[in-house]
Amino acid sequence: MQLDARVPSGPLAEKWDRHRAEIALVNPANKRKFHVIVVGSGLAGASAAASLGQLGYRVSCFCFHDSPRRAHSIAAQGGINAAKNYQNDGDSVWRLFHDTVKGGDFRAREANVYRLAQVSTAIIDQCVALGVPFAREYGGLLANRSFGGAQVSRTFYARGQTGQQLLLGAYSALSRQIGLGQVTMHTRSEMLDLVVVNGHAKGIITRNLATGEIERHAGDAVVLATGGYGNVFYLSTNAVGSNVTATFRAYKRGAGFANPCFTQIHPTCIPVSGDYQSKLTLMSESLRNDGRVWVPKKAGDTRSPAQIPEAERDYYLERMYPSYGNLAPRDISSRAAKRVCDEGRGVGPGGLGVYLDFGEAIQRLGEPVVRERYGNLFAMYHEITNEDPYKVPMRIFPAVHYTMGGLWVDYNLMSTIPGLFVLGEANFSDHGANRLGASALMQGLADGYFIIPYTIGDYFARTKPQKVGTDAPEFTATEADVRARIDRLLGVRGKRSADAIHQELGQMLWDHCGMGRNEAGLKKVLAAIPELRERFWKEVCVPGANEEFNSALERAGRVADFLEFAELMCRDALERRESCGGHFREEYQTEEGEALRDDDQFCHAAVWEYRGLDQPPLRHEEQLSFEFVKLATRSYK
Amino acid sequence: MRVTLRIWRQKNASDSGHFVTYEKDNVSPDMSFLEMLDALNRELIGKGEEPVAFESDCREGICGTCSLVIDGVPHGRGRGAATCQLYMRKFKDGDTVVVEPFRARAFPIIRDLVVDRSAFDRIIQAGGFISVNTGGTPDGNALPISKSVQELAMDAAACIGCGACVAACKNASAMLFVAAKVAHLGLLPQGEPERTERVRKMVAQMDKEGFGACTNTFECEAACPKEISVGFIARLNREFIRATATGD
Repeated sequence: MQLDARVPSGPLAEKWDRHRAEIALVNPANKRKFHVIVVGSGLAGASAAASLGQLGYRVSCFCFHDSPRRAHSIAAQGGINAAKNYQNDGDSVWRLFHDTVKGGDFRAREANVYRLAQVSTAIIDQCVALGVPFAREYGGLLANRSFGGAQVSRTFYARGQTGQQLLLGAYSALSRQIGLGQVTMHTRSEMLDLVVVNGHAKGIITRNLATGEIERHAGDAVVLATGGYGNVFYLSTNAVGSNVTATFRAYKRGAGFANPCFTQIHPTCIPVSGDYQSKLTLMSESLRNDGRVWVPKKAGDTRSPAQIPEAERDYYLERMYPSYGNLAPRDISSRAAKRVCDEGRGVGPGGLGVYLDFGEAIQRLGEPVVRERYGNLFAMYHEITNEDPYKVPMRIFPAVHYTMGGLWVDYNLMSTIPGLFVLGEANFSDHGANRLGASALMQGLADGYFIIPYTIGDYFARTKPQKVGTDAPEFTATEADVRARIDRLLGVRGKRSADAIHQELGQMLWDHCGMGRNEAGLKKVLAAIPELRERFWKEVCVPGANEEFNSALERAGRVADFLEFAELMCRDALERRESCGGHFREEYQTEEGEALRDDDQFCHAAVWEYRGLDQPPLRHEEQLSFEFVKLATRSYK
Repeated sequence: MRVTLRIWRQKNASDSGHFVTYEKDNVSPDMSFLEMLDALNRELIGKGEEPVAFESDCREGICGTCSLVIDGVPHGRGRGAATCQLYMRKFKDGDTVVVEPFRARAFPIIRDLVVDRSAFDRIIQAGGFISVNTGGTPDGNALPISKSVQELAMDAAACIGCGACVAACKNASAMLFVAAKVAHLGLLPQGEPERTERVRKMVAQMDKEGFGACTNTFECEAACPKEISVGFIARLNREFIRATATGD
């Protein structure tokens, strides 16, 4: 497997401009001769499909939802970062770049991150032009707030619904192209495999979820914007439909999978309440602007929070990380919460929770201001827990939220399969081992609006891709694979739902590949996963047939892929013998319990190559060189 | 807790459909309504029976995928919440709960509780956007927008496109959905250039899709999980008359 990142030479600040100047172009009249398949209609997919359609490419866009307005980008609450420096507080492209590289614990590719910071400002302009109603000050200019891992105020927001408003902006741009006939939208269509012809991505096989029809779609390039794999843990903040199938299928067809062990555990989620629970709900990081995190100083203190006097409370983030306090980055805040709970100081049922307290903020600002800032989040919390956060502190606990790992891509966002591009959370490129708050929306839109429109043209102009129709033997063979797999799922006729087996898998992963990982635990889970997989193929029950709306079949197919993918994730976690960002190997920590990186051995992205079910995947390395920032121990103290 | 469920089952669009009764016990008051249905489906699958088809995704009230009419009310009783935000603590032990799909001519049933709401997408495709291409847009602060206008636009933009307004309306009207988008974009200066054309095209598509007319019963606002005000319908009527009267 060749891992050529194709990073342009020259000074960091000039790389992207230089690259754009050198990129080969497709003339406007020729663009309509190229057909691009975009899979996914979240921020990255919708913005890419809309932008490519505008340029004149023929685009087909696919999503498994009933409408392109549903993807889970919509649930992002807090905001989107951009280096506008509207607040005059010292922000700059360099500072956003630096914060992101440092936040990612020096495991991201420098050139990509710099480009991300550069295009961040254009994203805000684009979204405003599309009618995104960002929050504004009384003078009519755009408002900002602070987010974790930064000491400037650079986060743009639309109440607690920033993801929704950004997605609806991209969806409106996409809808316009659909109306104009530039983009053909296929809803309720799940990609079940990638078709590769002579080493190039040439199409996909989909299942129409309403009718069960298996369809072939050919294109000159395939763009995957299919999100992350957090649901491998069963319980996460992801939507229940989010899955790994598209990227994992591409991996099995030859795309390298990078850093699958880099998963983000978000510190502020509503704690688990019972084993019937289908998902976890995030409470936006923006709450940490005004909420203070604490636990009792004494272990086993079961008094109600109001009865615990100030002197007996431990505001542990403020104590341990005085310069960032409650706005310490996500990985650090999550681990700190785990530590105090491990010490027996956790609150709520089972001791798996910490307080996020707005008492002081309500005193300082008054309830109306707090309500204006966070009203919808407070209401959501109240609805779920039946507790009023204006009166009692919220209880929060970390939960799986985002996955930094994903398909490996070069500077052009192309995977190791030529013609297969990967955008947004589905790729690995920008967040290293930990993503900062309000950076996912930025990356999804950067990739879709401002990067792929340039780089895909370069692929077309330089490679002059071969035209392949859906009658090619590769399409026939791939479709046969897809059908065989569906028949196999339908044929087991066991006694258990795929969900129940998925839940078992999730618990295993949370215990051994969650917030803390160690060699013994990972080896144990690596032995248990194949056994669980075997049971799945004996015990799963998928009622009904393929040729109908069949939600049990959809779920079972996704769970089958999670059962294979989980092994790759744990293998990657085992091989990365260091702690960095969200990957905390208990063997590698400082005396104070902080992550201990090993830059000599592991300053690289680990990229996995599939070699068939009968042998383990091969691990490759893309060395990460830090020319412009100094590798340093990450400190938020 | 134990509840009796009367659930609409319909194999496909051409099937006539009927209610099936299920007894569900071991219900925890902290379960969401959809988690209760998940548990029912697990039991059904364990018996080799086909699970009840229903849709959901984010399960935090923002994606608009979940639907369901529960005891005659879209998204169930209680204001300002989608079905996925409805908790079993709102029901009593021994209750009988009737579960139906969103019903409207423009929302044909696909299976059981799943309906096709693509008519909403086609309304947006007809004009629910601002026609700017990617790139070359002015600085975000080039155009100051008063806070009150931005807040009002945001109130309208909060629509999640679930279709509860249509399901709640005796005429199956989509006026609240269309009004919210027309108001969101029409209030903002960026949306001003296409204001006239937008309302015309969206209303024409709405009529073409077979949605009914508005007779001001305001059931839509009561059912809306985002509590979008019917005041926007008045604004839509005004915009539409203006567009018709100016004739340009």
